[in-house]
Amino acid sequence: MNDLHHLTIHESHTLLKEKKFSSVELTRAVLKYLESIDGKIRACMRITAEQAMASAAAADKAIAEGRCSPLTGVPAIIKDNMCTRGITTTCGSKMLENFVPPYNAHVIEKLNSVNAVMVGKANMDEFAMGSSTENSAFFTTHNPWKLDCVPGGSSGGSAAAVAADACIYALGSDTGGSIRQPAGFCGVVGLKPTYGRVSRYGLVAFASSLDQIGPLAKDVTDAALIMNVISGHDKRDSTTVPLEVPDYTRALKTDIKGLKVGVPREYLVEGMQPAVRKAIETAAKKLAELGALVEWNVSLPNTRYGLAAYYILAPSEASANLARYDGVKYGYSYRETTSMWESMEKTKQFGFGAEVKRRIMLGTYALSAGYYDAYYLKAQKVRTLIKRDFDRAFEKYDVLVTPTSPTVAFQIGEKSDDPLQMYLSDICTLPINIAGVPAISIPAGFADGLPVGMQFIGKHFGEETLLRAAFAYEQATPWHKQKPSLA
Amino acid sequence: MKLTDEEVRHIALLARLGISDAEVEKFRNQLSNILENFDILSQADTEGLPPTAQSIALENIYRPDEAGPSLPVDDVLANAPDCEENCFKVNAVLE
Repeated sequence: MNDLHHLTIHESHTLLKEKKFSSVELTRAVLKYLESIDGKIRACMRITAEQAMASAAAADKAIAEGRCSPLTGVPAIIKDNMCTRGITTTCGSKMLENFVPPYNAHVIEKLNSVNAVMVGKANMDEFAMGSSTENSAFFTTHNPWKLDCVPGGSSGGSAAAVAADACIYALGSDTGGSIRQPAGFCGVVGLKPTYGRVSRYGLVAFASSLDQIGPLAKDVTDAALIMNVISGHDKRDSTTVPLEVPDYTRALKTDIKGLKVGVPREYLVEGMQPAVRKAIETAAKKLAELGALVEWNVSLPNTRYGLAAYYILAPSEASANLARYDGVKYGYSYRETTSMWESMEKTKQFGFGAEVKRRIMLGTYALSAGYYDAYYLKAQKVRTLIKRDFDRAFEKYDVLVTPTSPTVAFQIGEKSDDPLQMYLSDICTLPINIAGVPAISIPAGFADGLPVGMQFIGKHFGEETLLRAAFAYEQATPWHKQKPSLA
Repeated sequence: MKLTDEEVRHIALLARLGISDAEVEKFRNQLSNILENFDILSQADTEGLPPTAQSIALENIYRPDEAGPSLPVDDVLANAPDCEENCFKVNAVLE
């Protein structure tokens, strides 16, 4: 019973159903391991042991009554920007350090409806703005593969916890790569669904036209199982699409004969780590061996504008979304003054960290009179160009393959003083959010002892094709079986 | 695009973001540097292109205007920095 934390969702489910152990035993084992190693990786903002044991007991009751769906009784860690009723949700910010949501996010309701178990809330970059968790107002998470490296971000706590086997799976959110880049850095599977596939209700808003919740998992099968539960229309998020949710596990086939795979040359960017390029090239050859029709040298010519467009669009939306933190309704509030305006200004000054302020400033500037056309409107038009690049590519290809990030995980502190260098870490993931298409990062080898992530990109609501390609590659390679040694 | 101190302070005021002198200096340099890198957008030919605000082509969504339960007032006010008689309390707006 001591090594149950190594299990995947599908392994746990089989054993729970066969009554080999109970959810209480599984949850206790996971909590014990999580508590023993979290001092090293610092993945969790808080461990919710008491609630977890109560949920596990409820799950065991459900299982005894014959209600055992794949996530029932299986322990997860949730990124700390998803509202959990009665459990502090900080979003990695001093602003929300003591915020206790009065309601659950839609995805939490979905998990509760199948008696899932939450063992903790994961550390993250403040308001999901960052690529390393170094922007967390509280502490930095460490990469389980090399503790002096970042886990990526912003869902770095979620990715590190899954990689370290400190939970069975996790949820993250992805506005410009925040699920996929940490999944790549930590050697786990991370899926950003199509915009509109998963409800954002109860997700603390960053950039509303880009944000999407998705799974971080130990393998592709688990990602499909999580998608089955969290996907679907929600009337409280009117950007969710009323499309039927397929059973994503049906897509898990190892046969990819004839699958048309494009490798866009703009994603093998200048300045990328040679070992990462090599790993992706080797992986693409593997896909060809498996029967895929791999076309090299595909072009998405407007990729070069992705970074600039993203860093205008996302901060603009953020500057509007974060205006709500005025110290009136909830969150930190500066009250050492009799002036309402001073209270509001100081609340933001002391409540927000440097990166959040930088993005509010950038977004406010891009939206301000005289600059709106040159920046915001221009970026929205460039968004059309980028989207059309993908539309055209998907007329010819089923999926596109790229590196998830141009490098493997970098050292803690290496980029924290240079915002532009940090932004470049997401150069391969940002355009996907701009176009709203789905993408998955899966382990594709190692460089310097650190995992390399490979990204598959699909067309809108093409998650099944992504999962099929990812599953076929995963089953033909050993990478997802390799684990960091944290002893 | 080089920003001036005055512009940085103006942007901060628009966002109602308090800002120290040291931050003015820091943000002036960093934002100028970032914006300079964004000049690349001027090379993109967007003549006649419509802007995209949202990536999936949903039109306006309507729902029936049905009354439903709201969150309990006490739950909502539990996070309030200050409140009085079911209201959020702030400093005087008119001085």
